[in-house]
Amino acid sequence: MIGLVVVSHSAKAAEGIAEVAAQMGGGNARIVPAGGDEDGIGTSPDRIRDGIEEADDGDGVVVLVDLGSAVMNAELAIEMAMDSEAVIADAPVLEGTLNAAVETTSAKATLDSVVERAEDARDYRKLN
Amino acid sequence: MADAETQREAVLDALDNVAERLAEEKEYLTDLDSAIGDADHGANMERGFGKAAEKRDEFAEMEPNEVVKNVGTTLISNVGGASGPLYGGSIMFASQEFEDGITAETSVAFAEAYLDKVKDRGGAQVGAKTMVDALVPAVHTYKKSIEQDDLPPLEALAKAVDAAERGVAFTVPIKAMKGRASFLDWRSVGHQDPGATSTLFILEELLETAEEYLDGEVDRDARAEDAVGRDE
Repeated sequence: MIGLVVVSHSAKAAEGIAEVAAQMGGGNARIVPAGGDEDGIGTSPDRIRDGIEEADDGDGVVVLVDLGSAVMNAELAIEMAMDSEAVIADAPVLEGTLNAAVETTSAKATLDSVVERAEDARDYRKLN
Repeated sequence: MADAETQREAVLDALDNVAERLAEEKEYLTDLDSAIGDADHGANMERGFGKAAEKRDEFAEMEPNEVVKNVGTTLISNVGGASGPLYGGSIMFASQEFEDGITAETSVAFAEAYLDKVKDRGGAQVGAKTMVDALVPAVHTYKKSIEQDDLPPLEALAKAVDAAERGVAFTVPIKAMKGRASFLDWRSVGHQDPGATSTLFILEELLETAEEYLDGEVDRDARAEDAVGRDE
């Protein structure tokens, strides 16, 4: 199964997003939160790499990120986690993770399809 | 080419000098960053390079390129923010250029690889008010001085430091297009970029170290006018 890693500047936000998305994924999705850094608010390439390795069961990992250094640290973590295939989805972190979680539980899910579903969330409107 | 042991000593001394300088400049960098960022650049750089310098004994048995690589990974784990991947990740990546030792040619390759990685990772071009504004002129000047003007590495590095200094000054009047400062829009104008500034400090310390090892001295005030031909 494709794994998911949720990267946010806040460890609590990453955990919360993973929690909401796990429910959408019917409890089967592999979702690992990797938020915050040693000092609190921030992102840590080491934590993200550990998250990627934990989320990967051999099928690959999609990484969902919030802002700024989260993107750079996720890129770096992907380079460091050389044994895992991982890609970043260019999507809003909460909505993208929810979409991705649903897709990962599909029998036909691929890395591409999970990224695509996550990125669909870019167009969501909240008010009509 | 100096032997591997001398190269390693030079790298370790450069690391010490950089760590010491960034500790001295911690408050200054933090002041710059509090104007247009999140006021952590001084502490982050001091912590990261400080941790790396503390590993001197651990590094003492490594090949020079391995030392450089491990400085990079130490920064990645300890700097935080965007500076961790930008400084640490780029040093780690560029360290492969030193596989066959540190020479004038491989130092040009290192500088170019470092710059490419910073631009690639951060997505900034010249004029966005970032470390790229100091790095691009420095790296281009260094490469040209070595490859086209045939200057000795020390002179080339001195010219690169000058170029970086002008790049830092260039960040003051322009508007930030990248990083947290870009959220401030026009309010970022008039402030000097902290990343460009710390890049300059690092280059100044590399020059300082190179002066010791390459047995020369460059007068910083005079070298801009009189860099060419000092050796003659």
